[in-house]
Amino acid sequence: MAFNSFLKRIDLARLIIAAFFVFLCITAVALRLNLAELITSSLSRIGMWSVLVLAMLPAIVSGIGPNFGVSLGIICGLLGGLTALELAYRLDEIVQFSPGILFLMAILFSLPFALLVGVGYGWLLNRVKGSEMMIATYVGFSIVSIMKLAWVFLPFTNPEMAWPIGRGVRVQVALGNRGLAQLLNNFLAIRIGEVVIPTGLLLSGALCALLVWFFMRSQTGMAMAAAGSNPRFAQAAGISVDRQRIIGTVLSTVLGAVGILIYSQSYGFLQLYEGPMFMPFVAVAAILIGGASVSKANITHVVVGTILFLGIQVVAVPVANAFTADWSSMGEISRKIIQNGVILYALTQAGGE
Amino acid sequence: MGAAPILRMRGISKSFHGTQVLHDVNLEIMPGEIHGIVGENGAGKSTLMNILFGMDVIHSTGGYEGSLEIAGKPVDIKSPLQAMEHGIGMVHQEFMLLPSYSVAENIKLNREVLKPNLVSRLFGSGLQSLDYERMYRDARRALGRLNVGIDEFAPIAGLPVGYMQFTEIARELDKENLRILVFDEPTAVLGESEAAHLLKAIQEIAAEGIAVLFITHRLSEIMEVCHNITVLRDGRVVATRKKNETNVLELAELMVGRSMQFNTNSKRQVQRGKPILEVKDFKVDMPGEQVRSVDLTVYQGEILGIGGLAGQGKIGIANGIMGLFPASGEVKINGEPLELNNSQAAIAAGLAFVSEDRRGVGLLLDASIELNIASGAMFGHGKFLKTWGPFSQTDRRAIRENALKYIKQLGVRCTGPTQKVRQLSGGNQQKVCIARALTMNPKILLVSEPTRGIDVGAKQVVLDLLRELNEELGMTIVVTSSELAELRSICSRIAIITDGQVAGILRPDDSDVNFGLLMAGQPIEKGA
Repeated sequence: MAFNSFLKRIDLARLIIAAFFVFLCITAVALRLNLAELITSSLSRIGMWSVLVLAMLPAIVSGIGPNFGVSLGIICGLLGGLTALELAYRLDEIVQFSPGILFLMAILFSLPFALLVGVGYGWLLNRVKGSEMMIATYVGFSIVSIMKLAWVFLPFTNPEMAWPIGRGVRVQVALGNRGLAQLLNNFLAIRIGEVVIPTGLLLSGALCALLVWFFMRSQTGMAMAAAGSNPRFAQAAGISVDRQRIIGTVLSTVLGAVGILIYSQSYGFLQLYEGPMFMPFVAVAAILIGGASVSKANITHVVVGTILFLGIQVVAVPVANAFTADWSSMGEISRKIIQNGVILYALTQAGGE
Repeated sequence: MGAAPILRMRGISKSFHGTQVLHDVNLEIMPGEIHGIVGENGAGKSTLMNILFGMDVIHSTGGYEGSLEIAGKPVDIKSPLQAMEHGIGMVHQEFMLLPSYSVAENIKLNREVLKPNLVSRLFGSGLQSLDYERMYRDARRALGRLNVGIDEFAPIAGLPVGYMQFTEIARELDKENLRILVFDEPTAVLGESEAAHLLKAIQEIAAEGIAVLFITHRLSEIMEVCHNITVLRDGRVVATRKKNETNVLELAELMVGRSMQFNTNSKRQVQRGKPILEVKDFKVDMPGEQVRSVDLTVYQGEILGIGGLAGQGKIGIANGIMGLFPASGEVKINGEPLELNNSQAAIAAGLAFVSEDRRGVGLLLDASIELNIASGAMFGHGKFLKTWGPFSQTDRRAIRENALKYIKQLGVRCTGPTQKVRQLSGGNQQKVCIARALTMNPKILLVSEPTRGIDVGAKQVVLDLLRELNEELGMTIVVTSSELAELRSICSRIAIITDGQVAGILRPDDSDVNFGLLMAGQPIEKGA
């Protein structure tokens, strides 16, 4: 009895995932893989994804569930980034922006897109209560496909991002030319032997998390949590449930936009076209692994989930490759199995408490 | 009479999780007899019928004591199917009909008349065709016994409710071995002329030799058709009467009775203040608790009770005022009109509500006690916040202090203010609900079903608390409750709601007869 309740508290699924992570790490040591490199890339991947995973939090808390449609926010972020690059190019004659200013401009330009899209998307989700997750998934897929057309027709002229021949924006837009690549990663970066700690990247993730944490303790944040966990209670307390859900959606979309910019600077490229297609699934899987359910989540779930899931992603690839030298996609396959398995598991647990 | 009873229930007792709901109930019905069963909500009527039908709720909770005999033979009914085989039928309150099927198809549902065809000869009887000719003939005959001109080919969807009811009855009559037919509040959904027709049909069914059990709280109907009447109260048979040996007044008194010792509030000097809450021609569209037209005035400093049977609309009034269900009409607080269908406006006007649905509406079950207590004032009045311009942060210290104060004052049994509300007992959850309402510092406190689902000891504590709030702080309280006894113990006036309207307003020390009559939809003479 006592053992059972202990298990329940820890949650078997999380225990298995954590054990798997530990197993991978031990195997990595045993195989004499380059630990410094593994730790370095783990840290930067964790930092890269942190804000995108964080974007799941307001969505779950406000009651719309894991935001499978965060690709909307991602696209808003990409648009902001492209707009900033385009502006910098057109003003090249007059003024040279420092990389830091350019990065802030990218975030600033993405905000109006994210706010507008978030409100519309929230309005849509209020119309389909009960099947938000499925609708969100298809909204995400649809918008990525629509944007494939838009990337071709949007009037960007900066040669750094346009195809050399024909028209449209490239599949990947390099950020290195304007010093944006690794901008946050290198800020105050600390080297310990061969291990590099991307201080700026981790700090910016932490800053976003702190802001969200403060928000959750504000009147609006409390009202949002009430609306998400018990809409009838919220209504009786005079809270507009629909409004809170829209706020949650907007916040999630904005965090998605900021998140992709943080991700992209670390990656060094803006990935357009197919790029945003499956990113929401990684973010959803990460927060669920962290202990969130489709109706409950907190900052701890974000932190634990990001570390566990992205840690596994980084370590699993070389370990799997060491075993199956001829089958180099094994790492990718195991990552997909974990990601989709966890989402499936969480969905079957929905409302199971 | 000499004939043997068709149904005999002897010494039936039943308890759910330690709460005894039936005590040694005896019931006998002769063939062709119409036997009325009356009682308030919770008197045990439906449990008794569930036993008769072998419903799963009975057997999954440990069965019952006592014995059942049908036509002199002891039986043990384990499932509704067995009940059907013994010739027991039931006309449900909610219709169990398929809307897109015809009347005849519904009557014959799952008992279709079949005829073999080529395919069924090859692949088994599951593929036999329906013999529509015979089905329609049978349906016609069953409907004919009810004297109704329903077209057996018509689809159910679109028929008036009365016809649906008759289709249900015809389905039961069509079962060849039907010997006992139970009607559970059959006239609740019918208009006056349809109800009259139904009562006549019931008499004709009985004349064919079928025993009829007629459950209702409309005493006039009971007096009209029943031969014998059994009155249940708190799970006991308090009386069995022949129709010509009793009258509506006696039944009303037997039904309400004083089941619990309590002190009425009558000795207290009720000083009537000015009207604080005025409700005029108030309608609320709350499913199952429709409020049709309520006029009510609440005076400053009183405890007003709202009573009545379930489904009559008493629950809808407070929910409507709080903007939780669509409402129309006029509501004034201190003479100021209240904007309807707007919870925020109701809260801003100084109302606080303790919902009858404690776990669904009243609480955030997975949040802490302290947060639940603070939430009403926080969301409704912007309390417990530190604000800097557009930014705000919850004031954890104030929330904690407030919670500790009420935990102590109301005696909430818990491990501490951060315990999750889900883990508390019903009584303690209710105290948290009340603390939450009190934290809002309301002008008027609306409390619905304050003692539902909490144990006896906690009930008294909650009632005493309401009385203290009223006496010591002069708080105006409107209590809605199904338990008349508890209303009579704390209220200064009690409005009885029947059929979505105020049937009358009584003093707590008014006679049981008057309470019973109002609840049964009978007028009482003036001057009571």
